[in-house]
This record gives sequence, structure tokens and C-alpha cells, in this order.
Amino acid sequence: MAEMTEEKLAEFLEPLKEILSRYEKKERYLIPVLQEAQEEYGYLPEEVMKEIALGLNLSLSQVYGVVTFYSQFHQQPRGNNIIRVCMGTACHVRGGEGILNAIKDELGIEAGETTDDLEFTLESVACIGACGLAPVIMVNDDTHGRLTPEKVPEIMAKYK
Amino acid sequence: MKDSIYRSHVLICTGTGCVSSGAKTLKDSLNEELAANDLSGEIKIVETGCHGFCEKGPIMIVYPEGVFYCEVQSDDVAEIVEEHLLKGRTVERLLFKEPMTEEQIPSYQDIAFYKKQQRIALANCGKIDPEDIDEYIALGGYEAAGKVLTEMDAQEVVDTIKDSGLRGRGGGGFPTGLKWQFAKNSESDKKYLICNADEGDPGAFMDRSILEGDPHRIIEGMLVAAYAIGADEGYVYVRAEYPLAIKRLEKAIEDAEEYGLLGDDIFSSGFNFKLHIKKGAGAFVCGEETALMNSIEGKRGMPTPRPPYPAVRGLWGKPTNINNVETYANIPYIINEGVDKFTAIGTEGSSGTKVFALTGKINNTGLVEVPMGTTLKEVIFEIGGGLGQGKKFKAVQTGGPSGGCLPEDYLDLPIDYDSLLDAGTMMGSGGMVVMDEDSCMVDVARFFLNFTQSESCGKCTPCREGTKRMLEILNRITDGEGKEGDIELLLELGEHIKSTSLCGLGQSAPNPVLSTVRYFRDEYEAHIHDHNCPAGVCSDLAGAYVIDEEACIGCSKCAKVCPVDAISGEIKNPFTIDPDVCIACGACEPECPVDAISQG
Repeated sequence: MAEMTEEKLAEFLEPLKEILSRYEKKERYLIPVLQEAQEEYGYLPEEVMKEIALGLNLSLSQVYGVVTFYSQFHQQPRGNNIIRVCMGTACHVRGGEGILNAIKDELGIEAGETTDDLEFTLESVACIGACGLAPVIMVNDDTHGRLTPEKVPEIMAKYK
Repeated sequence: MKDSIYRSHVLICTGTGCVSSGAKTLKDSLNEELAANDLSGEIKIVETGCHGFCEKGPIMIVYPEGVFYCEVQSDDVAEIVEEHLLKGRTVERLLFKEPMTEEQIPSYQDIAFYKKQQRIALANCGKIDPEDIDEYIALGGYEAAGKVLTEMDAQEVVDTIKDSGLRGRGGGGFPTGLKWQFAKNSESDKKYLICNADEGDPGAFMDRSILEGDPHRIIEGMLVAAYAIGADEGYVYVRAEYPLAIKRLEKAIEDAEEYGLLGDDIFSSGFNFKLHIKKGAGAFVCGEETALMNSIEGKRGMPTPRPPYPAVRGLWGKPTNINNVETYANIPYIINEGVDKFTAIGTEGSSGTKVFALTGKINNTGLVEVPMGTTLKEVIFEIGGGLGQGKKFKAVQTGGPSGGCLPEDYLDLPIDYDSLLDAGTMMGSGGMVVMDEDSCMVDVARFFLNFTQSESCGKCTPCREGTKRMLEILNRITDGEGKEGDIELLLELGEHIKSTSLCGLGQSAPNPVLSTVRYFRDEYEAHIHDHNCPAGVCSDLAGAYVIDEEACIGCSKCAKVCPVDAISGEIKNPFTIDPDVCIACGACEPECPVDAISQG
């Protein structure tokens, strides 16, 4: 993230301060605060992590350690639409790999990447628990099941 | 009462599976259609939780007849209203067809998928509106909690659960009553109770379905446990990937608080219990109890050595009892129906039922709950309706990444904790993935190890380094570069990792590899010695193509399309394919005018 002036930074951190004001200064609230902050900013830039460390009376390394441990937290900007392709067992044996490849081709990005226009982020996940519908993907909070690679462009089109 | 009397109830499943198949739009269309026909006052639409038969969703059941419609879409609504709800005639084309017999089955209870099941944990799933506490209470909900809090002392409750023989449904199968006893015995001013709903096993979704379909059952089970061990505060640790489960549980907790079933002085017994939801942040290892507690404390979710056990030093250093969702879901039944009725179900060492998530290459995928001791064959072929597309059964994988694969010889094995362990796999959380002849067992082992390896938290060396090395070997084998001695090395590494890892993740990570070597060693050998993947899955190994020299007319068409120049020869003489260069892409096969090319 480009350097911000102090004023800009204060303005940028305003929503975060509101989030922090609702929690006690305790380590146990680190994960909920990170979750809310990520909801607000879309990801967790360094400035946000620093402010959270201050706000909860933790060291930055503690915050960084937790952020990098859990797969839910991201340090890079994310797309408007998050595509999670299930690579769980049921999806694996029913062709999840082919679905992932079809989406990669459609968007021109690899798993873990975001399109340049910040429209889509593609992720592969272990299991979204909709095994009866394998292979499945989730786009944001919508689950799409019983997929074939041919159905991929149609689904992607809905979110463009 | 708040409701008037309706002549018919239409139950629409709004679990995650059915919603993604269009249950919400279905409900909207039905609402409109009922209003258009002036039936809104006579027919009630109820949104229920999961029926377990997600594959056939959206599912709709019409009561009082109990007619079961599957794969219902908005377009079908007009016909259902006109024919069924107005004229009383079943819409036959929407009935379920048995995959084996093609027979149409109108009623819920007669479908083979449901007939063999015995539902305790899932008893209310699909039957009640999970967001309506009154429906749960109407079916006897919170009676068990009431009885425990007002009539029983804590030790009696612990003894009841001990006598029931209930074992942890989350994987390990540790006796639940004993666990409660340890936590009860610990002296402390503060104790915690945790429900582990961090269902991370790929291929298992029973915890999600119970939370979505019957959240009050979990609250009630926890209430009983909290009273038994003397905890006044509890956490449900749910995966963030389950937004609907979280939403329904939040609503359930709110309603229970409003009814005085959570909070202070519950049932005027002087007992207090507060319940919180904690959202996970995406780490499989957090299913391990010590790791889960670290995560609740706001730390990296890494396990710690036991002892001390959570019952002695758990959350924030206080005695803590932690059970899985399905375990808690069994508690109200045991209290209400009594120990004898519960122990009558199942086998000697494993009483009660178990929910399995039946998936993979099978006709009826979904959630099934069967008595312990049911054989794999009954589950796969009777309830599951056998394998799809006339394929042959090859293996069933149980227990998720911690379990193993069992071959055909084990189909008559009665399923319980001990029989599965003896066979080299485990109950785990109850994932059951069926594989047919097109599944490569080496690839399956690699798939699971790849999962556990990337989820290894990195704290202890055997798991961090060992799984990495095992995965490298498996990758080598599936890439066609397996070496003499690889199988032995896998076995040796696997045994060491099992015996020396810190937590359950590492201790069970080698199971998929060890069990597939045990039962499908010939497949490993084919990969290593013959550079051949018998199932044709490992693309680097999918047998090279060969040209039948007798049939070949030497036209050279195949050589022209080969992307790697593996085909050579002189015009009008038989051509040959160099098997070491061939990538088995198959481009040559359709080019041949005389069908002389085939896969070796």
C-alpha cells in the first residue's frame, strides 16, 4: 500500500477504530476483530494490523502470527467476488479438478490469485460440506452444485 | 396458539444443499401460487433443515400424506398446487425413483434410502422449522434439560451417560461419560463447555446439517453436559464456511435466552449457563481440542501436549469439557428414552447410531444415520442404492483424512469404532466416500496426504517434515518416477509419524497411505514397476499408446498430430510409438484410419 499522509491514515483507520471500540482490550477478541476488519477492508493491510495490535494491547508479531496461521485472513486485496472451488474428497472423485481448470481458463488466473480488475478471486478449498452436490463451488455465499466444466462460463457470467 | 389450523403442510428443505438447487425460489413461487389460488389460509409452507438427501434436492414433502417430491423446480409448482393440493392427486413424475428398480415411491418412509435408517441425532432434521423454538418444544424439546436440572443431581447425569456407552462422535470414540466425569471431578471456581463444530474433514457434513436443521438439540445437549460438569459458560466453535449454520444457531440461542432456557436460574433450578458462538478462521487442525481452545483464546490454533487434559487445564487454564456436535445431539435422547433403549441399539462396544456422509460414486448421496453394527454393504448398496452407471465397487474410504480405504472383502464388516480400527481405518467424523474401478488408490492416498500435509500446523517435526517426505514419495510414484523401496519407505515413515506426532492430525495422517498399501499394494507396484496406473487416473502414467503393427498401413497421420514427436516410422511401413516419450494424450488414436492405435 502506498504511503499515506497522517490525515489520510487516520481517516482510513476510522472504521477500524469503531470496530475496536466495541471490544475489550483482550487477546481473546483478536480473531473476531480481524474477521470484522477484513469484512470492512476486504483484506488486512499492514496499517490495519498495526492498529489492531495497538488496540488490543498485543505485539504486531502476535497479530501477524495469527493472520498468517488461518487461511481465512488475507494480506492482499481481494476480488469483489470470491470463488471457492471445493477440492474435498467427494468433489475430487467426481471431477472437481476439471471445474477448477475450467474456471482458471475462464478467468485467466491461477488458484489463490485475483483478476486485475479486482472482480474475481479464485481459491481452492478443502470442503464446503455440500458433498451431496459434488462437484461444487461457492461464489460469495451462493453454492453451485452438480457442475460440469461446460456450466462454468454461464455461472461466471452471472457475477460479471 | 399463534397458528391457525392448516389442512396441509408443505415442507421445503432449506439446507445448504437444497438452497443451492433452488429451494428459495421454489418457496417464493409456491407462496405466489397459493395466494393466487386463495389457499394461503389453508396450506402452510414450512422451511425445514436437511433431509440428508441433498443429491435429489430441492426436496418437498406434503403432509398429512407424507408424499415425497424430489428435484422440484419452480415450474412444477403450478402442477403441484392444481393436482395435489386442490384435487388430491399425487404428481407422479416428481416422485422418487429407486435407482436399482426404477420403481416410483410416493412416501418418505418407504424409500430405501430412509427405510434402513434409524434417526436419533437427525430425528428432527427435515421435520421441523429450525428457526422456530416452539416446534422443537412441541416434539419434546427441552424436556431432557428440564428433567436433568430439576430432578437429577450432576453425578446421576454423568452416570447415565457413562451407562449409555455413548462414545465421542467426532472421531476418536472416547467414552463421553468418562470425559464428563473427569471434568466434573476437577475442582475449580470456573469451568467451560465447548461444542466442536469445526467440521473440517473433507467429505463430512453431518455437523453442518444438524446445526442447520435442529440447532436447539445441540443447545439442549450442551445444557445437560454443562449441568453435569458444573460449567456456567460455553462456546460453540463453528467453521466460518457454514454461514447458514451460524445464522440458525444465533437465532436459536436468542430464542432460548428469551424463553429462559439459557441464562440465569434456568428452570428455577439456580443453574446458570451462557452460550457463545465462536467463528473459526479456517484451520483444519482446530478440530483438535487443544488447538481449538488456543483458537478461542485468540492465538494460533496449534495443539499442545496432553496431559494436562482439557478436563484438568483447558480454556484459559480452567477445566473444560469438549464434545462434538453429533455427540451432544444424542444426549437428549438418552435422557428422555433411558439408557436401556439406547444401549439396545448398536453393538456391544459401540452403542447407538452414527451419522455418515455417504458420497462419491454412489447413486444416493446424502446423510444417513444407521445403528452401529450395520454392514458397509447395507449402507452402500441398500441405502446408497449401489454405484452409478453400472460401475464396479472398488473401495470405500471412511474417516476422512484420518481414515483409510477398505476393499470389497470388507463389505460385510459391521461398522463400529473397533471393527474399523482393526481393519486399519477409523470412524472419524463419519465421512464415507465410495470409489469405483475408475478411482486410483495411490491418487486417493496422495489426495488425502496432500490435504493433511498442507493443514499440518508445523509445530511438531514428525508431522511437519514426515508428511512432506511421504507426499514427495507419493508424487514421485504418481508421476511415474517411483523407485524400488518406495513402498517400504512409506510404511516406515508412516509408522514413525503415527507413533510420534503431537496430535491427532499427525497421528492419523499416514492412515490413508498405510491402508491403501495394505489392501491395494498391487496398484502401488504397478505404478512403480510397470509405470502404469491401472485406473488410468495418473495422467503421467496413463499407459502409453501402442500401434498394432499388423494393422498399421504406414499413413503417418498419427505422427503428424503427436505433440511430443513420440511416433516415428517410414511411410508405408508400420509406425511405432516410443513409450518413454508418449504422454498418453490420445491425440493420435482418432486420426488412425484403420483403428490400429490403442492405449497400452
